Amino acid sequence: MKEVFLPGNLEELWRALEREPAPRPYCGGTDLLVHLRSGKTDPDALVCLERIPELSGVREEEGGLWIGAATTHARLLDDPLVRARLPLLARALSTLGSPPVRNMGTIGGNICTASPAGDTLPPLYALDGEVELRSRDSSRRMPLRRFITGPGETALRPDEILAGVRVTPDGTYNVHHFEKIGIRRAMACSIASLAALLRVSSSGEIEAARLAWGSVGPTVVVSGEAEQALLGKRLTRDVLEDAAERARKAVSPIDDVRASAAYRREVSGNLLLRLMEHRPL
Amino acid sequence: MIIGFTLNGKKATVDTRPDRRVVDVLREDFGLTGVKEGCGTGECGACTVLVDGEPRLGCLMLAVQMEGRDLVTIEGLAPEGGLHPLQEAFLECGAVQCGFCTPGMVLAGSALLKRKASPGRAEIREAISGHLCRCTGYQKIVDAVETAAARGGKKEETE
Ligand SMILES: Cc1cc2nc3c(=O)[nH]c(=O)nc-3n(C[C@H](O)[C@H](O)[C@H](O)COP(=O)(O)OP(=O)(O)OC[C@H]3O[C@@H](n4cnc5c(N)ncnc54)[C@H](O)[C@@H]3O)c2cc1C
Ligand code: FES
Ligand code: FES
Repeated sequence: MKEVFLPGNLEELWRALEREPAPRPYCGGTDLLVHLRSGKTDPDALVCLERIPELSGVREEEGGLWIGAATTHARLLDDPLVRARLPLLARALSTLGSPPVRNMGTIGGNICTASPAGDTLPPLYALDGEVELRSRDSSRRMPLRRFITGPGETALRPDEILAGVRVTPDGTYNVHHFEKIGIRRAMACSIASLAALLRVSSSGEIEAARLAWGSVGPTVVVSGEAEQALLGKRLTRDVLEDAAERARKAVSPIDDVRASAAYRREVSGNLLLRLMEHRPL
Repeated sequence: MIIGFTLNGKKATVDTRPDRRVVDVLREDFGLTGVKEGCGTGECGACTVLVDGEPRLGCLMLAVQMEGRDLVTIEGLAPEGGLHPLQEAFLECGAVQCGFCTPGMVLAGSALLKRKASPGRAEIREAISGHLCRCTGYQKIVDAVETAAARGGKKEETE
């Protein structure tokens, strides 16, 4: 039998984490309990973070938004601040899993799973999200891009938990685009995805661009080259084809049950062509 | 450990290991076999339970997480001796064949109708998108939710 702790506040959590052996944190369980069942992981004890008020909710802070790690995807999708200020994240969340999975799964769980297919990750990379890590005695912050160190690997120390993620959306971006290629519309793990933020001037010139791809590398892929190729240009087919070629060079996809590496490489570029739809009229 | 919660409108307690799955506790300790296990990995929706009114998956929740919550299974949805309007609509529309997916489908549909009294077909499809049905082809399930909505299934719902 595994002990399972259900702390109701941070103090109770720290006390639970001091036990030997330290219980493994989980929140919605939509990744961890699947891995438990398959035997991929077998911790001696668990601690569930779903009842800790300090780890959940969305609030305005330092000009940006702080999102508690234990906030479910469904709650984020309903949140007026997220809808108004983080439409890119909201779009990605609406493609994640299914309604019951979104009622249980959390943004913190998605980040800590650190899967290249984690749907909140490309938007959070494009938005330069920053994670807040806490233990009883410490609190530190680092860019999400540094926190995720490999597929399924993060910089989390054993005594730490992810408390939240901070995003400071730049209101001058006027194109918020997310697209995910999956085998079906619901409950489809991503084959490739693209999160894009653009600032396009009224005359149609691209003034700033942030691009991040999911599922086409060991972690989220960013490409300064592809971004550079867009700056000062217009959203025409030729410009996007040029950026797409650079994107295909930047990604390092693998073959798996869902798609081949070659398909993923091709589609990573093609996903950019959709940005043509955002051309100012 | 002893876990206290509300089950189908009544106070309940169970003395069990904290790491058992909710689907197992409800089926084995409470005999609520309307909670089905299809995949055990979150993909099929057969194990759906309403937790504080939201559809959640009994196969991905541990017993300890029931503490203090309000759980409703298909057995508790209908008023005593009757049927929930959505169950009536499922019968009329032929939305049930083998019935394995039906508890999850009805609970998902009822949660949708609580959020939105007159959903469109696209919204209904979205609401049941976490539920697999190997028999009906889904159209009749969508018809049934639409039919119940048209009759104002929300108003008649028992709390
Ligand atoms: C049917 C199904 C479909 C899915 N579809 C998608 C999909 O389309 N896209 C997608 O991205 N994902 C998908 N997932 C995966 C999963 O739902 C998400 O990754 C979800 O966000 C995980 O959150 P959770 O709270 O359930 O994580 P949990 O399972 O609770 O935890 C996941 C991992 O993170 C750790 N952890 C969780 N929270 C913290 C914290 N605060 N601090 C430290 N460590 C923590 C745990 O130790 C564990 O290793 C799917 C899962 C299922 C079952
Ligand atoms: S048994 Fe829980 S989703 Fe399939
Ligand atoms: S009626 Fe048989 S699975 Fe839906």
